[in-house]
Amino acid sequence: MRSNLNFFSDEKFRSIFFQTLVIGLFALGIYFVVQTTGYNLEKRNIATGWRFLSDPAGFDISFSPFINFKSTDTHLDVYFVGVLNTLLVSFCGCIAATILGFLVGIIRLSSNWLLVRVAYIYVEFTRNVPLLLQIILWYSILIQLPRVKQSLEFLDIFFISNRGIYSPRPVFESGFSYVFIAIILAFISSFIIRRWAKNRQDETGKQFPVLSSAFGLIIILPLLLFFIIGSPMSFDYPALKGFNFKGGMVIRPEFIAMFLALTIYTAAFISETVRSGILSVTKGQREASASLGLKKSWIMRLIIIPQALRVIVPPLTSQYLNLTKNSSLGIAVGYADLVHGFGGISLNQTGQAIECMVIVMATYLTISLTISVFMNIYNRSIQFKEK
Amino acid sequence: MKKLLSIFAVTVFAFSANAGTLDDVKNRGFLKCGVTTGLAGFAAPDDSGEWAGLDADMCRAVAVAVFGDRSKVEFITTTGKSRFPTLASGEVDMLARNTTWTISRDVNLGFEFVGVNFYDGQGFMIPSSLGVSSATELDGATVCIQTGTTTELNLADFFRLNGISYEALPIETNDEGKENLFAGRCDVYTTDASGLSSTRAAAADPGKWLVLPEIISKEPLGPLVRHGDHQWGDVVRWSLNAMIIAEELGVTSENVDAQKSSNVPEVLRLLGVEGSYGEMLELAPDWAYQIIKQIGNYSESYEANVGPDTPLEIARGLNALWTQGGILYAPPFR
Repeated sequence: MRSNLNFFSDEKFRSIFFQTLVIGLFALGIYFVVQTTGYNLEKRNIATGWRFLSDPAGFDISFSPFINFKSTDTHLDVYFVGVLNTLLVSFCGCIAATILGFLVGIIRLSSNWLLVRVAYIYVEFTRNVPLLLQIILWYSILIQLPRVKQSLEFLDIFFISNRGIYSPRPVFESGFSYVFIAIILAFISSFIIRRWAKNRQDETGKQFPVLSSAFGLIIILPLLLFFIIGSPMSFDYPALKGFNFKGGMVIRPEFIAMFLALTIYTAAFISETVRSGILSVTKGQREASASLGLKKSWIMRLIIIPQALRVIVPPLTSQYLNLTKNSSLGIAVGYADLVHGFGGISLNQTGQAIECMVIVMATYLTISLTISVFMNIYNRSIQFKEK
Repeated sequence: MKKLLSIFAVTVFAFSANAGTLDDVKNRGFLKCGVTTGLAGFAAPDDSGEWAGLDADMCRAVAVAVFGDRSKVEFITTTGKSRFPTLASGEVDMLARNTTWTISRDVNLGFEFVGVNFYDGQGFMIPSSLGVSSATELDGATVCIQTGTTTELNLADFFRLNGISYEALPIETNDEGKENLFAGRCDVYTTDASGLSSTRAAAADPGKWLVLPEIISKEPLGPLVRHGDHQWGDVVRWSLNAMIIAEELGVTSENVDAQKSSNVPEVLRLLGVEGSYGEMLELAPDWAYQIIKQIGNYSESYEANVGPDTPLEIARGLNALWTQGGILYAPPFR
């Protein structure tokens, strides 16, 4: 009895005991849920398994920019189409939201009264209205664009209607691969120049115009090559045939609505993150760099932003994760993302709810963890290096 | 331990979803019936907020069979997607929701279709201004389609078979389909022909819309229950059959009292004057009499909700009795 009491008064033993207890209860809970689910599925004669993945889907998905999807393809293909569409809107959204967010964050710290007010209203309005409503709002606006037969025309090659934005599609001909190789080489050499220039500046203090030389390499060189070998590219123009435009490229209103809503919503949060990051850099830093005689744009680029980034990046990561997860709201406007296509239509046509949901959840988890890993690597690279 | 857990699982999680639905309904005091989110003629709230329609009548008929009271029913709206989980989880006792009877739903999903209360087929609706007269001319059109339905699969098959292309615009509810069609986001709306009639009737100018002549599929729509509870399945099945048989025998809500002294044996059996069919179903002896009295026979329900005199203007067609050129047929009441 006495020794028992002593055991419990030992802090180490106590903490191990309670942790084991909690883990044990948790494991028991999981076991119970799995067991119950299996039991009830069996009792209701609901077939389980993964075989449905190789069955033909039987339905069509129109929005599949990367894979040519046909109704005879399998549910597994539906899954890949969904993943790519989710990644597409998330990727575009993250890039655009970052640019817009930084812009608005910096504007809110500027001295222009009108701009600051406008940015403030934008942030407060978008942050406080549910995202779903914003998606539906954008979609409703896009649906009110002219019908396909009365499309707005620009230069006879761009057409805007409530079926989307049609534009010419570039068609690459045989020689274009040289231009492509030239672009890649230009990128690599710009990168080498940048390193060389940095080393030279560290050693001698002399500067080299890296930006303009990189611009020359990446834009002008391939362009010259393009014309020298005789413009190996043509365009496929959209034209109204029958019910719809044929040819060209199209961006669908479903995608535009999702992209706009996700970007504008997330950018509001990012702008606040950026603002707080910049404000976290003490006034002394700014004054010290000004007294060194640095230009105003240099102060921002070389002194303020690098220090602000240390504060900005961790919450920025969670904004990227939010945006990616929020893209699952595509179902509201029929955007064929992972949840809508595989987690919705396939699930419903096959009835394999648990299997589909497990796959969809595991996919979101994988995407989110991948984003986190890269952002953490980036975060480590911008931290102060203690010497 | 495993046994103990299983018993616990059964008692806690499964009791409401399995056998004994009839007793559950009786104990609860009302029927929970899954219907559409609103499809005029089949199940939609009328001007006074009461659910009305062919499917709504089906729900009420079952409520009358069990309780003798047409008001003892709670209507629960379900989308094309939520309907099956809602039924499987025991949230509703039955579905009367424009649901097509297919082998995979009957077998793989673990449900039981108890009959057909409307023989339908998939059709196409377009603005008449497009000048299209046949579905085979729809090459390249954008088609609004409700996801998770059999019509979605039929659509893909039809276009593949005819070697023509289309762009699918997936939508969730009938209202969404209406909105996109009327805004011109899609050229064509496809669903069951009855649903198209209902959508057309709801348009600002029905004359501007055309339902194409092609019917590209068989869509037997009927009520369904969970598989394995045969007693409850029988109650729903015979509630429907009673309405069909009543039409066949010429028993209507108006003459049902007079028919009680009919000299036709099957009428007497139906109305509970002879035999003990109510007892077999664990229902009141006059259950079928009450259905006919309070809801009417199949024809009355049809004419009031979807027939030629309603905005939907759907002729009896396939849904006429087998004796009148249709395929509506119920097993004998004996």
